[in-house]
Amino acid sequence: MNLNLTLIGQAISFAIFVWFCMKYVWPPVIAALEERSKKIADGLEAANRASRDLETAQEQAAQTLRESKEQAAEIIEQANKRANQMIDEAKEQVIADGKRLREAAQAEIEQDVVRAKEALRAQVSVLAYAGAERILGATIDEKAHSEIVEQLAKEL
Amino acid sequence: MASENPTASEYIQHHLQNLTFGQHPDGSWGIAHGAKEAADMGFWAIHLDTMGFSIGLGILFLWLFRKAAKKVSADTPSGLQNFVELMVEFVDGSVKETFHGKNKVIAPLALTIFVWVFLMNTMDLVPVDFLPTIAAMLGIPYFKVVPTTDLNATLGMSLSVFVLIIYYSIKAKGVSGFVGELTLQPFGKWMIPFNLLLEGVGLLAKPVSLALRLFGNLYAGELIFILIAILPWGLQWALSVPWAIFHILVIVLQAFIFMMLTIVYLSMAHEEH
Repeated sequence: MNLNLTLIGQAISFAIFVWFCMKYVWPPVIAALEERSKKIADGLEAANRASRDLETAQEQAAQTLRESKEQAAEIIEQANKRANQMIDEAKEQVIADGKRLREAAQAEIEQDVVRAKEALRAQVSVLAYAGAERILGATIDEKAHSEIVEQLAKEL
Repeated sequence: MASENPTASEYIQHHLQNLTFGQHPDGSWGIAHGAKEAADMGFWAIHLDTMGFSIGLGILFLWLFRKAAKKVSADTPSGLQNFVELMVEFVDGSVKETFHGKNKVIAPLALTIFVWVFLMNTMDLVPVDFLPTIAAMLGIPYFKVVPTTDLNATLGMSLSVFVLIIYYSIKAKGVSGFVGELTLQPFGKWMIPFNLLLEGVGLLAKPVSLALRLFGNLYAGELIFILIAILPWGLQWALSVPWAIFHILVIVLQAFIFMMLTIVYLSMAHEEH
């Protein structure tokens, strides 16, 4: 068990091995390990982000759905209102039309009455003339007496 | 085997003898036969088995990890890449837990230490006579297969770590800061020699304890395997299997401790006291 040159030989080979390991073994392996852990971290982060995105999208979808529902309800309500309005308007129109027609008819009737009265009056005056002629036996100056006759007719 | 029918102590000694190449006292170069010849060679001798196995296992480690590193991708990993990533992540986690500064060396250093020491320790689980017998057939007289049971191997690593400790201490605190750390505490400037002694021991204890802990654990484990191998054949089974199972824990634990302490020492070197 004597110390000899082996000691130095061992130290030299040790140094060479360490150098080789430091130069050619350690860096690529540790780089790959770091790269992989980075990849995994990135993957996890991406998964997180994706799930967050999904959540946002779901929220957005729900929001949109809610809005659409609201809008649809609003539109239906408006349509209902409009329909009611239209019915009311139609009713009013009908009533107004009816009223107008009735008034027009009434006016016509009144006009007819007036006209009939006029015609009657005219005929009455003629009859009066004729009667008077017969009674008097003479012709009456139409122009001279028409005033009186017309006044008479008016009193009818 | 050194002799045809070795006694128990010869057998143990034979198993604990490294294949030492160096210069004999008479001037010729060659392999040492026996512990005494190896000791006579002095410092300028080399353990061929320790070097061979440690370098071979180191290359196996780097080849395997390099193969995975070349094909590594951030997509779904599979097979070898899974294993390599597991190791790298484990070491990276250990380093980040303990060391908070910025240093490109510590993490690969820790990975190298952990895997390499683990592989060298694992040689302990190969049956004690298996490889030496094959080696003996090829004419190699001594063959110690576990590099970490050679103090040279563990001390070589821990001294490299020691150099790094000093380097980063000076880099982080400057020469004056480092010297100040060694001399001005814990008792202030009037006790400089005593402080230096205290801190110097503390500093030197780091590599020594690091090397001796690993060496001691594995040496003891190997010794017990060898002792079990001396027992009658039937008993070997009953003892070596539980010991091997227990040893699986030891080899991982010792590799982990060596790595962890290296990280702790180096992070201490970066910190101001």
